[in-house]
Amino acid sequence: MYSQGLIGADSSTTESEEFLALFQARIDREEKIEPNDPMPEGYRRTLVRQIGQHAHSEIVGMLPEGNWITRAPSLRRKIALLAKVQDEGGHGLYLYSAAETLGVSREQMTAELLSGKAKYSSIFNYPTLTWADIGAIGWLVDGAAIMNQIPLCRCSYGPYARAMIRVCKEESFHQRQGYEIMMALARGSDEQKEMAQDALNRWWWPSLMMFGPHDSESAHGEQSMAWKIKRFSNDELRQKFITATVPQAEFIGLTVPDPELKWNEETKLYDHGEIDWAEFKAVVSGNGMMNRDRIRDRTKAHDDGAWVREAALAHAAKRAARQPIPQEAAE
Amino acid sequence: MTSTEHATPLWEVFIRPRNGLHHRHVGSLHAADSALALQAARDVYTRRGEGNSIWVVRSSEIAASDPSFAEPMFEPADDKIYRHPTFYDIPDEVGHM
Repeated sequence: MYSQGLIGADSSTTESEEFLALFQARIDREEKIEPNDPMPEGYRRTLVRQIGQHAHSEIVGMLPEGNWITRAPSLRRKIALLAKVQDEGGHGLYLYSAAETLGVSREQMTAELLSGKAKYSSIFNYPTLTWADIGAIGWLVDGAAIMNQIPLCRCSYGPYARAMIRVCKEESFHQRQGYEIMMALARGSDEQKEMAQDALNRWWWPSLMMFGPHDSESAHGEQSMAWKIKRFSNDELRQKFITATVPQAEFIGLTVPDPELKWNEETKLYDHGEIDWAEFKAVVSGNGMMNRDRIRDRTKAHDDGAWVREAALAHAAKRAARQPIPQEAAE
Repeated sequence: MTSTEHATPLWEVFIRPRNGLHHRHVGSLHAADSALALQAARDVYTRRGEGNSIWVVRSSEIAASDPSFAEPMFEPADDKIYRHPTFYDIPDEVGHM
């Protein structure tokens, strides 16, 4: 569900000028690049990193919401949340597959997530304290993710673009179910309304951080734009998100926690207050509220599943040894 | 992850959206054998009525043409315009043919 400005990519590359110019010409003609096509090493590395971070974000993103499945307030909310969390797992798998077409293995990506070498979206290092947080995540976090992901459907790398098309088709339900939760709370008792406002207060700024640093601070943005991996800058997408979201908050009587927020008649966008970049840096570098818990939980899930993977492989090997390959008719 | 862990094989997944259409490549996944691959394909790629039939095939079993030979492989087709109906002049009076 959630991509964010790429953290710590190295887009430097060492190919000849001629090779790079030919590659850029393909990109400029809007040709899609496919897995075995010649590509600059920097392009490959940037994509492995970005798609990997994106996949990890989907997988880690299952944890904060999974926290509320057993405590969802009704069966309707529970089945929706279960389906959403299952979708996030599916999105992670589409994305891992896309990254694997670039020559990185699933085992390697998993190892890098668990060792802390690979990053994932900083938003998942915040805790889900109340049921309203599930509403806020669907509405704001998935909303921000959709802003990021729609342009990625036109990314120059074919497998990534195709994975994003599938993800975007499924994502819209996520945002709507989140907003519906917020709406129900905002129209409920005083306590419920307060809970909704509290969730918006806590998730608003981290959601804005999902778009990554300011364009002026984003070291690799320009190269990614030239290669058409990215189509819009971090700040452009953030502005679009704010402008789409503020009226939605007003509609349900909630207040966006930014006293400097002001409609700009000239740009037709909202001007907003400064983001706490020190907090962003702290969370990205591992010191958010939940960083350690998330990796601990992922590691436990991976370790607990080891015997299943081993048993399945052993069973497959035993069957393969016993009989010639079973041919199933392709119907 | 332990260093002795073996990689789980990769499978390509093809889905037929409905009868009358071809199976189409939709993505890939890892599974130990064909039964588990089919089950995982169902969970990962058909959560919203995407199809009524699934094929899975080991990725390592697919032979693919080499993209660096795409030109000699496919370009000869471009200059054989006589393979297309518009190459032939038929008077309008003959009507649709």
